[in-house]
Amino acid sequence: MTAMRAWLLDEAPASPAQAAMGRAYVAWRDFAANPLALTGLIIVLLLVALAVLAPLLTAHDPYAQNLDDRLLPPGAAHWLGTDQLGRDILARILYGARITLMIVGLVAVIAAPVGLVVGCVSGYFGGWLDVVMMRVTDVFLAFPRLILALALVAALGPGIENAVIALALTAWPPYARLARAEALTIRGREFIDAARMQGATAWGIVFTQVMPLCTSSLIVRLTLDMAGIILIAAGLGFLGLGAQPPAPEWGAMIAAGRQYLFDQWWVATMPGLAILVVSLGFNLLGDGLRDVLDPRR
Amino acid sequence: MIRVEDLSVAFRAGGRVVPAVRGVSFAVPKGAAFGLVGESGSGKTTVLRTIAGLIDDWDGRIEVDGVPMGAKRDRAARRQLQMVFQDPYGSLHPRHTVARTLAAPLRLHGVGERDRRIDAALADVGLDRRFRYRYPNQLSGGQRQRVAIARALILEPAIVLLDEPTSALDVSVQAEVLDLLDRLRRERALTYILVSHDLGVVVRLCETMAVMRNGEVVETATASAFRKGAVATDYARGLIESSRGYRRETRMAEVAEAGIRTT
Repeated sequence: MTAMRAWLLDEAPASPAQAAMGRAYVAWRDFAANPLALTGLIIVLLLVALAVLAPLLTAHDPYAQNLDDRLLPPGAAHWLGTDQLGRDILARILYGARITLMIVGLVAVIAAPVGLVVGCVSGYFGGWLDVVMMRVTDVFLAFPRLILALALVAALGPGIENAVIALALTAWPPYARLARAEALTIRGREFIDAARMQGATAWGIVFTQVMPLCTSSLIVRLTLDMAGIILIAAGLGFLGLGAQPPAPEWGAMIAAGRQYLFDQWWVATMPGLAILVVSLGFNLLGDGLRDVLDPRR
Repeated sequence: MIRVEDLSVAFRAGGRVVPAVRGVSFAVPKGAAFGLVGESGSGKTTVLRTIAGLIDDWDGRIEVDGVPMGAKRDRAARRQLQMVFQDPYGSLHPRHTVARTLAAPLRLHGVGERDRRIDAALADVGLDRRFRYRYPNQLSGGQRQRVAIARALILEPAIVLLDEPTSALDVSVQAEVLDLLDRLRRERALTYILVSHDLGVVVRLCETMAVMRNGEVVETATASAFRKGAVATDYARGLIESSRGYRRETRMAEVAEAGIRTT
């Protein structure tokens, strides 16, 4: 263990991999020193583990209806109770985590790179390109997120894929703005001048010099936005425009439990708690990452 | 080696045209070091950045080895001119290791044997192999400036442009870096153009120097003339006096301090 530490913290790394790992280790040490950030990371990792291991963790089928067991309170047979069609709520929440993760992952994979490229290109090149790209960004930014998502879903038809497209389309403009602001400050740094003097092309500079420095603040912002994306995805599900029944989507589950809220509180409360915990986890993780990934370090 | 004729640069700011450099001419023979001194705002850095090809909009003529330099330059033209920047904290990419910083120009110019060249370049500036995979934040200011010098020299340019290469460093490290620059010039017959507000640095490194004020060259003289104070214009004399005056004052402060200590 100490040998490992010494290797990681070596003042004179013998390979680029050792240097990169040493750097990552120092960042991890800072991150682990923050208990709240660690809690966030554990929640997110737990979410991933639960989603992957769902079939092993529960014997119940999330789709199996059993009208004899409908609306049972939490107990030994059904730890979190059953819903109006007699389906096990715990199983539905576990399988629902897959849907939530898929939505969050897809939106992140689509929106963040688009925002990063648009912002870095806009900020580095400037001029008319910047004006045009930023006005397009402004147009997208001017639409209220949920309304645009609703309009898209209404046009393309309800369903989880369309909800993802709608969310991604409305999620990228803030990342473009953020990346552009970073690119503007990086553009004037002397290492950019040095690269230009060596004969690097403008596109080469954007991709190898500017973008890596913009990513860390983007990752932080993305993590903090995850909670919002989960909430909007749940909102679409709640309105019946996201995942369609019988898919165990958390928002749709709350919508279904709404009519039993006073007598069978667990039907809506359990998925609500799941959304709360996961959103909180992403927020804590984002805060911790912000401290570690500060580009000024 | 390099000839600058009637160079003028103007910046446009909010519809107004602000002249930064007006009709500057000078020539530097191969292997010589030429200094540009002046207060901040005198246009000396603008001259250097224009020669470097970092400013696109200028008038006049810049010739390197008899070949005129256009506003757009190809890689071969860029390779002849490299630059060491003022701020060693800003001139190295914070996420790139030393080896990566040095490999980038080699890759751009398709130069082979990168590993060997990187080691040689580091050795030339007095850094050993252990520094290869360090990040800039693991280096001191002087070490960073050495890496920046290695980066400028790794393409084997004919001319090196030095923009206040020591002003961001500690006094003790300044002397080391100046010695290094002096030695490298002798070993490789490099041509230097040095910009500084510090007369002492320029006199130390250069044979000839020009004094700039308000975008114009006020006077050109040899370094030994400057050392003797044998200059023609009042402005240059003022510069020399102010640099000496500063030294005298610090000297007196030292004497006074010593006096206090002995009594």
